[in-house]
Amino acid sequence: MTLQLTPGEVHETTSVQPQAVASDLFRAADRNDNETTIPQRPQRAGPQQRRRTGTLSRQDAMYMVGAGVSALATTMLIFGRLTPLSGKLGFIVVAFVIYLIVYAVLVSLTENRPAVVDRVMTVLLASAAAAAFFALASVIFFTFYRGRQAILRSNTYLEDLSKTGPLDGLDQGGIKHAIVGTLIMIGISLIFTVPLGIACAVYLNESRSRTAGFVRTIVTAMTALPSVLAGLFIFASWILILGFERSGLAASIAVSIMMLPIIIRSADVVLRLVPGNLREASAALGAPQWRTVWHVVLPTARSGLTTSVILGVARGIGETAPVLLTAGFTATINFNPLKSPMVSLPLAAFELVRSPQPTQIARGFATAAVLMLLVLLLFSIARIFGGRPAGHLTGRQRRKATSDSLKDLRRMTRQPQEALT
Amino acid sequence: VTTTVDASTVEAATPTPRRLFNRRSGGDRAFFAGISMSGVFVLVIMLGVGVFLAIKATDALGKTGIWSFLTTSQWEVGRGRFGIAAVVVFTVLISLVAVSIAIPVSMGTALFITEVAPGWMRSTLIALVDLMAAVPSVVYGLWGGKLLQGQIVPLSRWLNTWLGWIPFFDVSGADPNSPLASASVYTTSTFIAGIVVAMMVMPIQCVVMREVFSQVPLGEREGAFALGSTRWGQIRVVTLPFGRGGIIGGTMLGLGRALGETIAVVLVISPRFNITPHILEAGSNSVSALIALHYNEGSEFEISALFAAGLALFALTLVVNFTASWFVSRSRSGASSEA
Repeated sequence: MTLQLTPGEVHETTSVQPQAVASDLFRAADRNDNETTIPQRPQRAGPQQRRRTGTLSRQDAMYMVGAGVSALATTMLIFGRLTPLSGKLGFIVVAFVIYLIVYAVLVSLTENRPAVVDRVMTVLLASAAAAAFFALASVIFFTFYRGRQAILRSNTYLEDLSKTGPLDGLDQGGIKHAIVGTLIMIGISLIFTVPLGIACAVYLNESRSRTAGFVRTIVTAMTALPSVLAGLFIFASWILILGFERSGLAASIAVSIMMLPIIIRSADVVLRLVPGNLREASAALGAPQWRTVWHVVLPTARSGLTTSVILGVARGIGETAPVLLTAGFTATINFNPLKSPMVSLPLAAFELVRSPQPTQIARGFATAAVLMLLVLLLFSIARIFGGRPAGHLTGRQRRKATSDSLKDLRRMTRQPQEALT
Repeated sequence: VTTTVDASTVEAATPTPRRLFNRRSGGDRAFFAGISMSGVFVLVIMLGVGVFLAIKATDALGKTGIWSFLTTSQWEVGRGRFGIAAVVVFTVLISLVAVSIAIPVSMGTALFITEVAPGWMRSTLIALVDLMAAVPSVVYGLWGGKLLQGQIVPLSRWLNTWLGWIPFFDVSGADPNSPLASASVYTTSTFIAGIVVAMMVMPIQCVVMREVFSQVPLGEREGAFALGSTRWGQIRVVTLPFGRGGIIGGTMLGLGRALGETIAVVLVISPRFNITPHILEAGSNSVSALIALHYNEGSEFEISALFAAGLALFALTLVVNFTASWFVSRSRSGASSEA
C-alpha cells in the first residue's frame, strides 16, 4: 500500500490534529518497510520564477541607508547640542557605533539572531577593509598634496641641489641627482638579482633535495630581514673589512639583498603553477631537464616571473635604510656607481624632510611623490603582466608559435625526401 | 597429465621490478650545478649577515660583557656605559602596538576579500593590498611624522583621560583637566610610531591570512551552508579554525617586520633612553632607529657597539620569523601549501 498525500490533505489534518497524523504516518511506514514515501510539494502555478542568489536585497540596502542617515543625524545632535564633544576622529567613531546599533535593530525587526549577527559582522569586515584602503588613499594623497608646489616645476627634474641652499625658493634646484642615482642603483641591483633570483627559484622547484627545503625556509626568513641589517652587513663587509668606499655599488648590493628574497619567493610560487603535464610532455619527447626548464617552464611562466621581478623592484626602489648606511649623501649628480657618494630618491626625501626649512620639506615631499609615482607605475605594469595566467600567450606570441611549428613541420617532411635523393 | 615445472623458470617469468635509474646528461649536470650554486649562494648571504655582524660586534661585546650589554639602558659608548635594554623594550612596545592595531584590520580585510567581496572586486582589492605593502617606508614615515602626529593628539588625550588608570595609557606630566596643557607631551610617542608601523605590518599579515583563507576546502564551506549556516557562522566554524595557523603565522611575520622597521620610526619618534611602559608619552626608540641615527659618528668602537645592537635585532627577528613559519607549516592549511 502506498501512502498518498495531497498537499491539501496534509495542511488540513495538521491544522486539526497534528499528533494523529504523525502516528498515522509512522504506522504507515511500519507496514511498508520497503517502500519509500515521497512527500509531494505543492505545484507552483505558472512558470518558475528565477530565484535571486545575490546577497544584497533592496530591503538590506534600505536598512543600510536608513541606519546611515540615522547615525549621522544622531551623532550631529550629540556633538552639536547635547555634549561638548568635538574632534573628527571622535565624530567618526561615535557615528559608526550608532550606525551599527541602529542597523542591528532594523535587521532584528525581520530576522532572527544568527542573521542579525551575520549582517553586523559583514558590515564590520567591510569597514575593516574600507579603513585600510582609506588609510592607503590618505597616505598617497597627502604625499602628493604636500609635494604639489615642487612636483609641477620642470627644474625639479632638471637640476640637482649642488648650487641650491636650503633657503632658496622652489624655483631653483631639483632632485635630478636622486632620480639618476635611483635608476643606476636599481639597474645594478637588477643585474645581480634577476639571474640569481630566478636561478634560485628554479633550484627550489627542480631539486627535490633536503637542501632545497632548507634554502626555502631561509629565503622565507630573509623576506622579513630588517632592512637596516642588510645595510649594516654591507657596511661591515664591503666598506669596513674589504675597505671600499661608500658608493652607489655598495648601496646596490645592499638593496639587492632586500630584493632577492622577494623575487625568489614570488618566482617560486609562479614556477610551481606551471602545469606538470607540460614538463612531462617535454620529458617524454626526450628533452633533458635543463632544456625542459629553458624551453618549457620558463617561457610558460614568463608573465608571472616578470611580475615577481617588478614587485622586487618596487620594494627595492623604496628602501631607505640600506642606502643610508652604504651610499653616503650628496647634493651633486654622480654618474659613477664605483666612486664617491650617490643618493637615491627615498634617501633624498628622508634627508630633506629632516631639515627645518619649509622649502626643503616641500622638496622632500616632492621627492617622495616622485618615488610614489615610480612605485605606482611599476605596479600598473605588474598588473598588466600579472593579469595573465601561466601559459597564456598574446596574439604575437601565438602567431610566432604557429609559424615555428609550421617551420618544424616543413623541416620534418623535407628530410626523408632529401635522404632519398 | 602432469607437467613438471622447473622452479627456476617460474622465478624468471614473474616480473621483477625494474631498477629505475636516472643518469643525468652532461648538460643536466652543469645545469644542476649552476642552480644549486645559486641556492647555496643565497644561503651564504643570509648566514653572512649573521657572521659579519657577529665579527664586528665582538669588540664591543668583549669589553662590556653580554649581561651588562643586555641590561644597561643608556647609550653612552664613549663612557663605556651602553646597552640595549631601553631600545629593545621600546622596539617591542612599538611592535606590540603595531600588531594589535593591525590584527583586526588585516583579518577583517582578508576575510572581506575571501568571503564577502564579489568576484570583480576581489582582484582589485588584492592588488591594493600588494600596493600597500610596496609603498616605501619613507612615505609612511612622512605621513606619520607630518600628518598623523597632529591628528592623533585628541585620541591620545582621550585615552589618557579616561583610561589613564591602565599603566600603559598613563602620561606623566600631562594634566587632562588643564585646557592649556601643551600637546607636545603626546607627540613623538610609541603609540604614534606603532600606528605608522601598523600600516606597514597590515598588508603583510593580510597577504598570509588571505592565502590561508582561500585554501579552505570548498566541501567544508558548502557543508556549513547546507546545514543552514549564515555566512558569519560559516566563517566562525570553518574558515577561522582552518586558518588558525595562518593567522598566528601571519601575525608573527608582521611582528618580525615591525621589529625591524627603521626609517618610518626615525621620522616619527624623538629618541629617549629611559624605559617607560607609558606608550602615549613623548619620546620612544628602537634598535634600528638607534643604528640609523648613530652609524655615521664616532670611533670604530662605537660602530662596533652598533653592530652588537644589530646582532641582537637579528637574533630577535630570526626567532620571531622561524616561529612564524613553524606555525604556518604546522597548520592544516600550511601543510598542503608548503610543497
